[in-house]
Amino acid sequence: MISNTPLIDLYRLMRRIRTFEEHVGELYVRGLSAGSMLHLSIGEEAAAAGVCAAMKPQDNFTTHHRGHGVFLSRGADPSRMMAEIGGREVGYCSGKGGSMHIADRALGHLGANAIVGGGIPHVVGAGLASKRLKKDSIAVAFFGDGAMQQGILYESMNLAALWDLPVLFVCVNNQYGMGTRIDHATRSIDFDLRAKALCLAADMADGRDVEEVMHKAQALADGARQGKPGFLSVSCYRFYGHGRMDKSPYRTAEEEDAGRKRDPVAWARSELVRRKLATTTQLDEMDAAISREMSATIDFTASAPQPPLSSMFRDVFAPGEPEPEPVRTRLGRIFADA
Amino acid sequence: MVETTYRDALRQALNDAMEADETILVMGEEVGAYGGAYGVTKDLIKKFGRDRLLDTPISEAGIVGAAVGAAMAGLRPVVELMYVDFLGLTMDQLGNQAAKIRYMFGGQIGVPMVLRTQGGTGRSAGAQHSQSLEAWIMHTPGLRLAMPATVADAYHLLRHSVTLPDPVVFIEHKSLYAKKGVVDFSKPEAPWGRALVRRAGQDITLVTYSRMVHTALEAATKLAERGVDVEVIDLRTLNPLDFATVGESVERTGRAAVVSEGVMTCGVAAELAARIGEECFDFLEEPIARIAGEDIPISVSPALEQASIPTVELIVETIAAMTS
Repeated sequence: MISNTPLIDLYRLMRRIRTFEEHVGELYVRGLSAGSMLHLSIGEEAAAAGVCAAMKPQDNFTTHHRGHGVFLSRGADPSRMMAEIGGREVGYCSGKGGSMHIADRALGHLGANAIVGGGIPHVVGAGLASKRLKKDSIAVAFFGDGAMQQGILYESMNLAALWDLPVLFVCVNNQYGMGTRIDHATRSIDFDLRAKALCLAADMADGRDVEEVMHKAQALADGARQGKPGFLSVSCYRFYGHGRMDKSPYRTAEEEDAGRKRDPVAWARSELVRRKLATTTQLDEMDAAISREMSATIDFTASAPQPPLSSMFRDVFAPGEPEPEPVRTRLGRIFADA
Repeated sequence: MVETTYRDALRQALNDAMEADETILVMGEEVGAYGGAYGVTKDLIKKFGRDRLLDTPISEAGIVGAAVGAAMAGLRPVVELMYVDFLGLTMDQLGNQAAKIRYMFGGQIGVPMVLRTQGGTGRSAGAQHSQSLEAWIMHTPGLRLAMPATVADAYHLLRHSVTLPDPVVFIEHKSLYAKKGVVDFSKPEAPWGRALVRRAGQDITLVTYSRMVHTALEAATKLAERGVDVEVIDLRTLNPLDFATVGESVERTGRAAVVSEGVMTCGVAAELAARIGEECFDFLEEPIARIAGEDIPISVSPALEQASIPTVELIVETIAAMTS
């Protein structure tokens, strides 16, 4: 199958991701974020938009802790995402998950994960379920280059290959595991070789070029749908620090300047103009509309109520199961007569 | 009522559950052609085939992680972890993933999987194949924990585990597999989550689970000869924990001891003792005894191994002192 998502749509997706994440930064500055554990994927948008363009609505996926872009690309409502990041009841996970644990069963999001590599084996299981239940769905794991050094990735790729599962592994190689550059973490930079060694179909894509990412992801996704699991590494650059508090003291301004020149949003924009698919004015209007949409997510979050304290003991187990007795209640009961 | 063994009852439970529910898969190291390291899954592959009896490579974290994903996506995986000692290899997938997914995701997604494993001493299997790690599980909100002592519970607690909407860790005891007992396949001895009084008594409450139920009952028989009437409670499941049955008993007897094969410090016995202390303080005539495993690794030497865990003699001695 040839991916035919027009570049203008890929641009819109990437612009929405970037603008959303810029507003995540604003949420934090305005004191509305539920915490400082906010990991932005600015500079990495083509990995999310390009791979998701190769997925079908019924496909499942998991992401790493830097997964806002993937979820938005799969159709997430940015208001409910922002509300979740703000820890509000109306958020995707009722305010219990936040940025790093966002999920939505309806959209096939089996969860963002705050353990590096933690969500990778879940797509093996989702692929197994798809095969066993004869569903035409693949499961895609998104993770960073940090996870390339985790053992669980190799256990997962081995199982997927061994069982011929409809699974795709996507490494968003933004060059940094927190503050450690990839060449300080491994001597083996050609990640596709590692996957090929385990008999997966594997490729590498330039994360500046969203169309290249999409086409390579499509070829691998098609194979996965036929039971040949795939691996794709998308090379990009994390424009900003690991999290909000990180000013990147471990890298030079020169390196950052060079990295930020590999901007996938700017590349798509210039290509649209060069190919006469859109005018600068049209793109400016699109950007402004996206800006208004994302700005509204902040107001939505600011006015959304916090979850009630009574929800705290809910969902440890399935509905209907007794909730744990609160410490205060227990102590009050025991010492009532004292 | 049928007489069978703990091992065969477990196999029967898997067989009956797989017949009843097409979404159940059994996966693990050597569960297929080998029939399981302790023979629990013997011959199931002949009936259910390789699609439902998945032999896996030696990848404990990957297997448990795959089970988590499969459970989220509509299957009911039953994973066999060959030894509970291998929990260390799987603890991220179990403790950070399976246990927390429902809660973190605001109740949207459950993880209906069962992790079957076996633990305990009795086979000179050494420090890395003989542990009792149930406290790790009990210390993790979001995980259910069953530890059957009897043949009937082996069957019924496992049958029930594979119907639950949440992850269950099901710890068998390696020294019980050959144990014989009777089971009524049509009905459990008690509902899931309810403790059972295995021996009624008036003088002291002995709370225990898994193989130590039998050790405790033996001690109770010996103590009866000395005129001490011991009540023995089998918890059966540690999560949910039926404290009501324990509390009612202790309030009646005024004395309590907890017997556990696991190491003493921060163990199941410690938790039970703390709860009894809080809830039954006004009724207690003696300190609560933790008759638990020594705070040491398990040795290969049978002499050292046996001395590392509570014995009938230790229980008898302790309770005699507590009731004199």
